[in-house]
Amino acid sequence: MGDHSDAHDAHHGDHHGAPAIHFSRKDYVTGFLLAGLLTAIPFWLVMSHAIGDASTAGFIVMGLAAVQVVVHMVYFLHMNGKSEHGWTLLALLFTLLLLGIVLTGSLWVMHHLKVNMMPMSIQDMRQAP
Amino acid sequence: MSASSHTPDAERTGSAFMMTTEHHPESSTYLGFWLYLMSDCLLFAGLFATFGVLGHSYAGGPGGAELFDLPTVALNTTFLLCSSITYGMAMIAVQEKRKHAALLWLAITGLFGCGFITLELKEFVHLILEGNGPQRSAFLSSFFTLVGTHGLHVTCGLIWLVTLMFQINRWGLNETTQRRLMCLSLFWHFLDVIWIGVFSFVYLLGAM
Repeated sequence: MGDHSDAHDAHHGDHHGAPAIHFSRKDYVTGFLLAGLLTAIPFWLVMSHAIGDASTAGFIVMGLAAVQVVVHMVYFLHMNGKSEHGWTLLALLFTLLLLGIVLTGSLWVMHHLKVNMMPMSIQDMRQAP
Repeated sequence: MSASSHTPDAERTGSAFMMTTEHHPESSTYLGFWLYLMSDCLLFAGLFATFGVLGHSYAGGPGGAELFDLPTVALNTTFLLCSSITYGMAMIAVQEKRKHAALLWLAITGLFGCGFITLELKEFVHLILEGNGPQRSAFLSSFFTLVGTHGLHVTCGLIWLVTLMFQINRWGLNETTQRRLMCLSLFWHFLDVIWIGVFSFVYLLGAM
């Protein structure tokens, strides 16, 4: 950086160092309130046993978590399609793809392994349809 | 860097492409750090998948419903969420070139982070002393690995935070410290995103 001319620095001073992300109080407060709400609801759901059916409650909890992740990405991590010419978004999408493959693949394969490979007792076999 | 491309003449003759390519290395820290975070995300994906597979293998031991204390987890979550907004306030103070305000907000962020780590360690010690350490069952092994890895990340973030506070105190809010603060900002908010997965998938679903 030392060999840059003054004219160069004057012209491009804004672009060096930290990328040009504008931090606004409004964004952070909005994100904080949304995230607080999206955290409070699932905790309340589980702690008060508001929904009897565990699988329904589970889906709601995971759904709210997914929404909260998006809220954090937008308001705290300032994700958008423009930063670094869209490369950060592309990297994120690719990571999400890999994440989906790893998670669903592991759970799916291991679930089937468990179901199909467990040794069965004679009584189990008699009761099986 | 050739000086010729910055002359007005060169700019007029359409060297915009040259300019952007020359500038790429300058801001690549941000993209590079983002790529690191994405690879870290994949590390956590592996740990989450492990927990998903082993999360119900109790080996006759206690399950999540007996072990997890949800009020503590809720408090922990609140700490981490509050530390996120205080870090945001620190970045706003940095943007407005208010050094002391930035240091104050960073200190508050650090305190919230310490609170988080303290509660988590207390939980771990409590579990281990009751005989429910990582060696108890596959469920507890994967639990300790996943939550412990997250806690280790937060600890590293805290060390980084304190280091940066010393650097800002000494050198002020210059280009370098601002760039580092930006990276830590990404790291810190990223850890909060991972924690959403932890408290939802591990604690809340496990306690049901």
